[in-house]
Amino acid sequence: MAGTLDPAERTGIVRDSLGVGIATGVYGTSFGAVSVAAGLDVWQTCVLSLLMFTGASQFALVGVVASGGAPLSGALTALMLGTRNTLYGLRLAPLLGYAGWRRAAAAHLVIDESTAMSVARGSRPAARLGFLVTGGSVFVLWNLATLVGAVAGTVIGDPRDYGLDAAVGAAFLALLWPRLDTLRNRLVAVAAAAVAVGAVPLTAAGVPVLVAAGVALLVGALRPRGAASPGPEVGP
Amino acid sequence: MSVWAAVLVAGVGCYLLKLAGLSVPARVLDRPVVSRVADLIPVALLAALVAVQVVGDGQRLVADARLVGLGAAVVLLLLRAPFLLVVFGSALVAALARLLT
Repeated sequence: MAGTLDPAERTGIVRDSLGVGIATGVYGTSFGAVSVAAGLDVWQTCVLSLLMFTGASQFALVGVVASGGAPLSGALTALMLGTRNTLYGLRLAPLLGYAGWRRAAAAHLVIDESTAMSVARGSRPAARLGFLVTGGSVFVLWNLATLVGAVAGTVIGDPRDYGLDAAVGAAFLALLWPRLDTLRNRLVAVAAAAVAVGAVPLTAAGVPVLVAAGVALLVGALRPRGAASPGPEVGP
Repeated sequence: MSVWAAVLVAGVGCYLLKLAGLSVPARVLDRPVVSRVADLIPVALLAALVAVQVVGDGQRLVADARLVGLGAAVVLLLLRAPFLLVVFGSALVAALARLLT
């Protein structure tokens, strides 16, 4: 399977993948800083990046804990966000064709970026190269950056003085932004935010987010067949 | 559940979710309803997390410098700023707003 890439294609894939890896990896600093601001220690923060290694879920866990939610609510929110990686895996499995220990190792690298840099390739060697270089470089840099951000976060004093509590919301919004590409997704986002805000005074911290996930389940399950692709788009 | 337990359980769970995708035959999960829900769950969860992070304070709703920070994030995203700039730019604006009020 190896060796069927011509050098120019190989160089191009490595260059693009490293670019994505570096751009993504360095924002591990924001996760590290936000996590210690949320009250996790440096060890817990680094174990999250090493073991969970999927940014949105990590931000979700520390975000729920930061807002006073039970760690269990944080874990559930992280797991629900992690389900999208299962779908990525389904798409990647036939492309990568890994089995045994290689599949077990590759699974850890299944994230947004490695999937994006792999599914568009025309051949298995190209898909594997994009996946491994992107996933590998994000993993190394994300973990180093997490450590840097976490250590920096412990020495700067009250995180609120630096607006780090506002940075959590900004991080979630930045992760959400590219998904607001259809009218349906925008409506679901507005509905989920409204439900969550409405649930804040009524439920324990951390629960409103899980209640809002019910909006997604309802919309996804109730939409009739054939409505998967939304109708004509209104607006930009 | 302690924070450590949440970190370890959710960490291992997230890995198993990834492994399941690479291991399970595609036809088991690749149904329209499943992919629609899987597409919408991150949208709903992230939108809810934005809302709760910005106006929630335990079981109270408050409007403070975090709202100003979110506004800065929206502007930066509209300007297609990279992730790090959005996050730390929003923090900086919130910190300034706090300093001035």
